[in-house]
Amino acid sequence: MPVLFYIASVVAIISTLMVITRYQPIHALLYLVVSFLAMAMIFLSLGAPFVAILEIILYAGAIIVLLIFVVMMLNLGKDTALQERQWLQPKTWVGPSILCLVLLTELVILLFRSPEVPMQVKPVPMRAVSIALYKEYVIAVELAGFLLMAGIVGAAHISKHRKKHLHRFLQEEAKGPQRRAEKLTMIREKESTEAVLPAEKKPVKKT
Amino acid sequence: MTVLQHVLIVLGVLFVLLNIAAGLIWVERRMLAMWQERLGPNRAGPFGILIVLADTLKLFFKEDWIPPFADKWIFITAPAIVVASVLMGFVIIPFTPTIIVADLNVGLLFFLAMSSLGVYSIVLGGWASNNKYSLLGALRGASQMIAYEVFMGLSLMGVVMMTGSFKLSDIVMAQKNMWFIVTQPLGAIIFFIAGIAETHRLPFDIPEAESELIAGYHAEYSGMKFGMFFIGEYLGITLISAMMATMFFGGYLGPAFLPPWAWFFLKTFAFILFFILLRASLPRPRYDQLMETGWKVLLPLVLLNILVTGAVLLWLKG
Repeated sequence: MPVLFYIASVVAIISTLMVITRYQPIHALLYLVVSFLAMAMIFLSLGAPFVAILEIILYAGAIIVLLIFVVMMLNLGKDTALQERQWLQPKTWVGPSILCLVLLTELVILLFRSPEVPMQVKPVPMRAVSIALYKEYVIAVELAGFLLMAGIVGAAHISKHRKKHLHRFLQEEAKGPQRRAEKLTMIREKESTEAVLPAEKKPVKKT
Repeated sequence: MTVLQHVLIVLGVLFVLLNIAAGLIWVERRMLAMWQERLGPNRAGPFGILIVLADTLKLFFKEDWIPPFADKWIFITAPAIVVASVLMGFVIIPFTPTIIVADLNVGLLFFLAMSSLGVYSIVLGGWASNNKYSLLGALRGASQMIAYEVFMGLSLMGVVMMTGSFKLSDIVMAQKNMWFIVTQPLGAIIFFIAGIAETHRLPFDIPEAESELIAGYHAEYSGMKFGMFFIGEYLGITLISAMMATMFFGGYLGPAFLPPWAWFFLKTFAFILFFILLRASLPRPRYDQLMETGWKVLLPLVLLNILVTGAVLLWLKG
């Protein structure tokens, strides 16, 4: 249904514009989620339900959550929003946007000149997608796998603990064995001196 | 099916689900009390069942407070996201052969997509509250739910391989001779564990952990906004129980002396009770223990399950 396609497209375009213009990073990321949901809707209306659902699971459900996760930890408050506001002055964006508008009008003119092709919705079943992935494009899939593996190994290497940082209470505990050893030597020295002293007092010894 | 029938089914499912979620308040408190040898709420109405009404009234009449330091709009939308995403998950569940809102070809994936969107309520609720404990709860919730989503999806893939379809009505019909719990026990167990983590119920309720984080991500919420988180949690339990019944225990199939909806209801209710029993009996693991078990034990097990299932299927094919 073309109506659904056009509605989803309009939502996608508006939300993507909002992503660029928000001052608060979390708000921008939320508009990005909406944009991905609209993209999923576009795929669905074009007859590719598998890609649509993957778009939601991977992009909206996992990747953006990770981005929000990072932004949350950066603790970007009102100061960042103010800074963004200062950076996003009209004089910085008016020039590029006018040039982009020129390109956009050219694109629209070209699109309208090209012979009319009715939008065809040809549903692609999931089985066909999987067979294509694992038959014709198997090398691409495996290369993507290699890349992801390299990413995982790299992340594991970077996040490896070289030095163990302990809380100060736990440090005392960790030092425990060492301290115990020190104490033991002290006690032994004391015992040896004490053992010597009584020996002087009492010269009688068992042999 | 006419449009009117469809609308009636949607409204009926919504009505029953919301009532079940509200009724679970009473069920959970009574059952917890029974297992801990107490009485539980038994004053209002017969067997104390009117506690549901009293609780709801209390939530409605509480002051609906938005902290001045909070991000107002995100603070308001966060509780709505959890309820909406869980209710969307119920769309693909076949309650009986005829009562199903939408029997999608990508049904199972749709369920996974909706449950992955549920993370946003915790993350945004915790962040918008602008409070240390809430933020810690949100961080924990986000990492826990992202990690356990992976196993949740993978643990169901064995069933999908055996059925050859993501459609839930096909999956139910494939269990006519034998339930998938017999052939996929590992998948079922891991799905259930992941389901508990996904709904962040006890023992995996570390995002809210009232003993250390003072309710975590919803510490700043009051009134009906807190109620939405509450209802969302019970709806989540119901959803995971219903999925468990559908995927591994034959859904609405059963001997003919009871109608299909009664079988579905009985199976789902058994799992809901199991959720409550777990809450009554198990202590909460530490955060790093939870994550380590997930990535180092459950993920390899689930991959092994897929490998063995695939090998056996190929072998049986000849």
